Amino acid sequence: MAWRLPELDRRIVFALVGLSVTIPILWKFHFPEFPSPMVRGVFERVDSLPAGSKLLLTLDYDPGSEPELNPMTDAVTRHAATKGIRIYYITMWATGPPMIERVIRQVLQKEFPDLAYGRDFVTLGYKPGNEAAIAIVASDLRKLFTTDGRGTNINAGEMTGSLRNLRSFDMVFSVSAGFPGTKEWIQYGTDTAGVPIAAGMTAVQAPLNYPYYPTQLLGILGGIKAAAEYELLLVKKYPRFADPAFPQEATAKMGPQTWAHLTIIGLIVLGNLTTLLAGRRGRR
Amino acid sequence: MGAAPASGSNGATGGGSVNRKAILWAVLMGAGGLWLVWRVATGAMPAPWGLEGLGLWVAALLTLAVFSFLLGDNPVYKFAEHLFVGVSAAYWMVTNIWAVLVPNLFGKLFPEWISTHLLPGLRENGRAPETDWFYLVPAVFGILLLWRLSPKWPWMSRWALAFIIGITAGLRAIGFVASDFIGQIHGTIVSLAVWSDTGSFLPGASFNGLITLVGVLAGLCYFYFSKEQTGLFGRVSRLGVWTLMITFGAGFGYTVMGRVALLVGRLQFLLIDWLRIASP
Repeated sequence: MAWRLPELDRRIVFALVGLSVTIPILWKFHFPEFPSPMVRGVFERVDSLPAGSKLLLTLDYDPGSEPELNPMTDAVTRHAATKGIRIYYITMWATGPPMIERVIRQVLQKEFPDLAYGRDFVTLGYKPGNEAAIAIVASDLRKLFTTDGRGTNINAGEMTGSLRNLRSFDMVFSVSAGFPGTKEWIQYGTDTAGVPIAAGMTAVQAPLNYPYYPTQLLGILGGIKAAAEYELLLVKKYPRFADPAFPQEATAKMGPQTWAHLTIIGLIVLGNLTTLLAGRRGRR
Repeated sequence: MGAAPASGSNGATGGGSVNRKAILWAVLMGAGGLWLVWRVATGAMPAPWGLEGLGLWVAALLTLAVFSFLLGDNPVYKFAEHLFVGVSAAYWMVTNIWAVLVPNLFGKLFPEWISTHLLPGLRENGRAPETDWFYLVPAVFGILLLWRLSPKWPWMSRWALAFIIGITAGLRAIGFVASDFIGQIHGTIVSLAVWSDTGSFLPGASFNGLITLVGVLAGLCYFYFSKEQTGLFGRVSRLGVWTLMITFGAGFGYTVMGRVALLVGRLQFLLIDWLRIASP
């Protein structure tokens, strides 16, 4: 009887995928990136915001999605900080506050030491309630927030004192890994408030949100590939970000990512071919 | 009679195989451990002490513990899984106490005490806000929810649950009708001939519009079950199935990309941050 690839021990498949990721990490195999029109559209939209604009950056994810979403959070934060855009972080996930504090510590405070908390960026922290909380942010943010994420009275803060609702922001950028996430921000927030929204999300989430593009959503950064494209656009527009002091995490991940994809494609093709050949021999 | 020796022979071979496997694993683990000790001793990788070093080692060993599931269920994986569940439960409880109960409930009902002892940020110009007695309503509803734990009066929690279900259903109905139903119909009404600002025809954008229109109509035909799917209607439904299959394929591709990205993230952590055998 002819041998078929599907009979292969699954541990060998795991080992092959593991090696296809490990070897490019060790020896730095990279492929060139080409920005897609959608990523370019999101980039240009953020880039068109004038200095002093208010960007609401919603980080609705947990440590499990960090490898995919941290790079786009960092890239958008760098972009906004360079432009002098005021960044407001918020999360609807209980696991979100450490994500916000990480980007503040590792990107804003490290790479932009001149920027100050409360003047150039602020965190509104975590609020539970999922879509209900988003609806309250859209209508009257002060009903939900008495302090910012670090315990400062919301009326006393330079950046938070003037906030009323979602219409107080010039743009929303949602980075999400599930529920509540981009979909809920569109349904209960930006659609009713009429505020433009762009989004970055895990690759798994991207197909579910494509129907909202382009009328309800300016664009989607889907997974690590789109984050790498955004990083490339950022480096092209602002060459100082090519310095190793500004890590291009998504670009670094794309080498192993592409090799793993090639391995998986090879296994799928080989599996189908061997099954086809085995079927033909069986019929004879 | 003949079966007994065969069975015994198989059993002996199986036992030998298990022993050889155990010895092989013990040797591999021992060699790996010695290699780690040597790297720590030579300063090639961080030592497992100090807050940062200990955190790094715990994270790395827990990652390996979870990866061990690829070889089969085992006690090390079970330990990591249970630890994750326990830590998550505690994290959620503490976060919700400080992000919800303290500022949004106790801070409204006892603003003076809370702003003095727990949350100074509640004070504005040195003064605590007025007590908002309306928040007694959510406080009572919250306590009612806990009655679910009572063996005698668990039904009392249903009042609070009814309130939650009612609010959620109403909110979701509005969200879906406005954004998904009307918004999506609006999003589907696209021009089939797209022109640029300078007046030139854009074939790519026009083709996208055509795919959207045909895909949506064919998909809707597939889900229309009041007419037998034969003839022209059947062929359009078939096109709808193809559209759905392409969507599922794209979704599967994206899922693979997402999962591989997570694997890359973990291996980068192990190879770069922990073992230090690769550069960032």
